[in-house]
Amino acid sequence: MDLTSFLIQTMNGVQYGFLLFLVASGLTLVFGIMGIINLAHGAFYMFGAYLVFWLTNVSGNLFLGILLGLPVMLVIGFVIERFAISFLYNRDHLYQVLLTYGLILILNELQKILWGSDFYSVPIPDILKGSFPLTENQDYPVYRLFISFVCALVALGMYGLISRTKLGMMIRAGASDREMAQTLGIDIGRVFAIVFSFGAALAAFAGMIDAPVSSVYPGMGDQILIVSFVVVVIGGIGSIKGAFIGAMLIGLADTFGKVLMPDLASMAVYGTMALILMWRPQGLFGRA
Amino acid sequence: MSRVFANPTNLFLLTALAMLAAFPWFGESFYVGLVVRIMILGILAMSLDLLIGYTGLVSFGHAAFFGLAGYLLAIVTPETGPVSIWYALPVCLGGAALAALVIGWFSVRTSGIYFIMITLAFAQMLYYFFNENMELGGSDGIFIFYKPSVAIGDFQILDLGDHTTFYYFVLVSLILVYALLRVILNAPFGQVLRGIKINEARTQALGFSTFRYKLASFVIAGTIGGYAGFLEATHNGIMSPDFLGWHKSGSIMMIVILGGIGTLWGAVVGAFAMVFLQDWFQELTTHWLLLMGGFVIFVVLFLPRGIAGLVESFSAFLTRAVSRASDKDAP
Amino acid sequence: MTSILQIKDLSKNFGGLAAVDAVTLNFEEGRVHAIIGPNGAGKTTLINLLSGDHKPSAGRILFKGKDITTKPPEAISQLGIGRSYQKTNIFPSLSCLQNCWLAAQSRLRSSMRFFRPAEAYDDVRSRAELALEMCGLTGRRDTIASEMSYGEQRQLEIGMMLATEPEVLLLDEPLAGMGTEEATQVISLLRTLAQSHTLILIEHDMDAVFAVAEMLTVMVNGQVLETGTPDQIRASKAVREAYLGEDMEEMTP
Repeated sequence: MDLTSFLIQTMNGVQYGFLLFLVASGLTLVFGIMGIINLAHGAFYMFGAYLVFWLTNVSGNLFLGILLGLPVMLVIGFVIERFAISFLYNRDHLYQVLLTYGLILILNELQKILWGSDFYSVPIPDILKGSFPLTENQDYPVYRLFISFVCALVALGMYGLISRTKLGMMIRAGASDREMAQTLGIDIGRVFAIVFSFGAALAAFAGMIDAPVSSVYPGMGDQILIVSFVVVVIGGIGSIKGAFIGAMLIGLADTFGKVLMPDLASMAVYGTMALILMWRPQGLFGRA
Repeated sequence: MSRVFANPTNLFLLTALAMLAAFPWFGESFYVGLVVRIMILGILAMSLDLLIGYTGLVSFGHAAFFGLAGYLLAIVTPETGPVSIWYALPVCLGGAALAALVIGWFSVRTSGIYFIMITLAFAQMLYYFFNENMELGGSDGIFIFYKPSVAIGDFQILDLGDHTTFYYFVLVSLILVYALLRVILNAPFGQVLRGIKINEARTQALGFSTFRYKLASFVIAGTIGGYAGFLEATHNGIMSPDFLGWHKSGSIMMIVILGGIGTLWGAVVGAFAMVFLQDWFQELTTHWLLLMGGFVIFVVLFLPRGIAGLVESFSAFLTRAVSRASDKDAP
Repeated sequence: MTSILQIKDLSKNFGGLAAVDAVTLNFEEGRVHAIIGPNGAGKTTLINLLSGDHKPSAGRILFKGKDITTKPPEAISQLGIGRSYQKTNIFPSLSCLQNCWLAAQSRLRSSMRFFRPAEAYDDVRSRAELALEMCGLTGRRDTIASEMSYGEQRQLEIGMMLATEPEVLLLDEPLAGMGTEEATQVISLLRTLAQSHTLILIEHDMDAVFAVAEMLTVMVNGQVLETGTPDQIRASKAVREAYLGEDMEEMTP
C-alpha cells in the first residue's frame, strides 16, 4: 500500500468512525445515564436513512430532508421512551433486552410496510459532488470529507453541551448519582426523556448523512447496532470519551481490514474487541 | 411416588409427556415434523435456561453454539454418503464445547450489560465467519445430503431418516437433557450456581472460585446447545448463517422468558407456545412480525414469570382448594 | 505467642482519599483483637483488605508468614480466614440451612461434582447444621432468610462464616442491629469461639468490646492511633485526647 492509498483508507476509516460515534454515543449515554440497554437503537439509524430518502424525494434537497427528518425522530424517540422504555427502569437487563428486541421487530416491520424491501439510493447534493485530486489517478470524494467535518462539529457540540450547560450538568449528575440528582430537585424523568430522544435523533442523523454513501436498505440498522455495541464495550459502557476512541479504533480496523484481508474484515472488528477486552475487561474508560 | 402425582404441576408435565410420546400415532406427518423442530428448540432453550435461570448469566449469543455444531455436521458429512454418528457427534459437541470455552473465558469474567454485549459480539463474529465463507455456501448456507448413520459395523441400529424414529430419537434426547440438567442442578455444582445467581460476591467470599463455575456452566450450556444444533442440522438438511444470527439468539431468549425462567420445563413449554403463536400470527397477516413484536413487549410487561409462572400459580391454587375441601370433610 | 496475621504499611486510596493510611499491625494467634474508632476511620476498609474484597494500594499482608496481599477473596477464604459483613450479605431467597449448606460445601476439595445429589454429602450437612446450632438458629433451619428479623439475619451471617471452618474470623460489627437478647447470645458465642480461634473484631458496642477483647487498636482517619490491652487503651492519653467530645460518647455509651 502506497502512502496515498494509506491516506485515503485512513480518511475512510475516520469517517466511518465518526458515524459509529454518533450511533454509539446515544447507546452509551442511554446506558450510562438511564441504565437501559437499548437494542432498538440501530432501528433509529435505519429510520433516519429512510426518512431522509423519503423527505429528500419530497423536498428535492438532502439538507431540507435532514432538517425535516430530525424533529420527526425526536418525537419518535420521545414517544418510545414514554410508552415503552420508561417501564424498564430498574428492571433486569434481561427484560430490557427483550422489550427492545420486540421494538426492533415492530420498527423493522413498519419500515417494510412504509417503504417496502427495495434498496434505495439518495443523491449527493450538487454542491458536494466531485472529488479532491490527490495524485494523478487517485482522488477523494468531497461528500465523504463533508461527513467527517459535520460529524466532528456534532461531536464538539456534544462535548460543549455535556461539559458546559445545565442540561449537561443534569446529565452528568444523573449518570453519577441518581438519588443525589433527585434530592437536588432535578426531574429525572424529564432528563431521561430528553436524553433518549436526543440519542435517537443522533443515531438517525448518522443514518441520514450516510444515506448518499451507503444507500438505504432493510436491516441496515441491525448491522450498525452490533458494531456500535462493540464500540461501546471497547470504550467502556457509559463513557462518551470511550465511545469516541472506540469508534475510531473500529472504524479504522474495519476499513483497513477490508483492504488488507477482505475475507476476514468483519472478524477484524471483533478481533480488536477481544484483544482490548483481554487487556481491560471493563473497556478502555469503563468503571470497573 | 405418590408425592410426585400430588403436585398438579408434575401431573401437567407427565400428561404433556404422554401426549408427546403418543403423538406420532395420530398426528399428521407435517405436525410430527413441526413437533420435532419444537422439541429441538426446547433442548436449546433449556440449555440457555441453565445460564439465564440458574447461573444468572444473560447470554445473548447462545445461537452461536447451535449454529456452529450444525455447520460442523455439514462439514464432516461427505457429499457421497452419510457420516457415522460416532464420529460426527463428538466433533459437533467437541466443537461447541471448545467454542464455549473460548468465548466463556473472555465473557464470563464480566457481568451485567458487558456480558450481554460480549456474548452477542462473539456470536456475530461466528455469524460473519460463516456468512462470508463461500466454501460453506456464504449467506445461502450449505446442504447436508445425508443424515448421520447410527450403526455398529454393518448393522444399522437406527435409521434417522425415518420420521418416526427420528421423532423418538429427539424426544428421548429431550428427556435425557432435562434429566441431566436436573441431576447437575441438584449436585454440589448446582448449589454453587444457585449461590452465584443470588449473590455472586458472597459466594466468592465463601471460598468458591466463581469464575470457574460460571465457565463450566457456560461450557455445559454451549455443549447442549451444540447438541440441539446437531439435531436441527440432521432434521433440516441445511445449515445457514441465520441459525447463529442474533435474531435467533433473541428468539431463544424470548422462548425461555415466555416459558418461565429457572424452571427448565418452562423452556420446552415456551418453545411450543412460541412456534404455534408464530404459526397463528402468520395466518393472520403477512406483517406478523408486528404482532410478534407487540407480543414480546406484552410478555415483558405483564407476564415476566412466563407460562410456568401461570401454571405454578394455578397449581398452588388447586392444591389449596383441594386441601381446603378435605379440611371440610374431616370431622 | 506467635502472630498469625501481619500487615505492613498497608494503604488503600479511593480517588485521592486514603481510607487506610500506612497501617502496620500484628494479630496474634488465638487472641481477640478489636479495632475501634469513629465512623470513617477505615475499619471496614481494613477488613475488606484482609479478606481480599479490596486490593491494597500499597503494603503487604502476611498470613502465617506467607504473602497473601494479592490473593482473591476465595483463595483467602480457603486459607482459613473467614469474614462476616457489616451489611447483611446472605442468600435472601434460601433457607437458613441452605445458606449454611453452601458455606459448608465450600470446604469440599472441589464442588465440580455433577452427579451425586448435594443432599447425599453427609459431612456437608453435619457441618452446616453444626454452624446453625452455634449461631443459635437451629429452630429457624427451614425459614427463608429474607423472612427473618434483621438480628437473626446477622446471626446467620456469622453461622455462614463458621460453616467455612475458618481459623481467623474477621467480624465486621457482628452486634449491629441486634436486640439485647440476641446480642448477649452472640457475645457468649464470641467468647466460646475465642477459645479456639483468632478473632479480629470491629464493634461500636464498647461494653461488648471491653468484655471480649484482649487487644485493642484505635483507628482514626485511616491511621493507627494506639494499640494495646484494654487497660492500656483506657489509660491512653492520646486516645482520650482524640476522643474528647462527641466521639468519647460513642466509646462509652
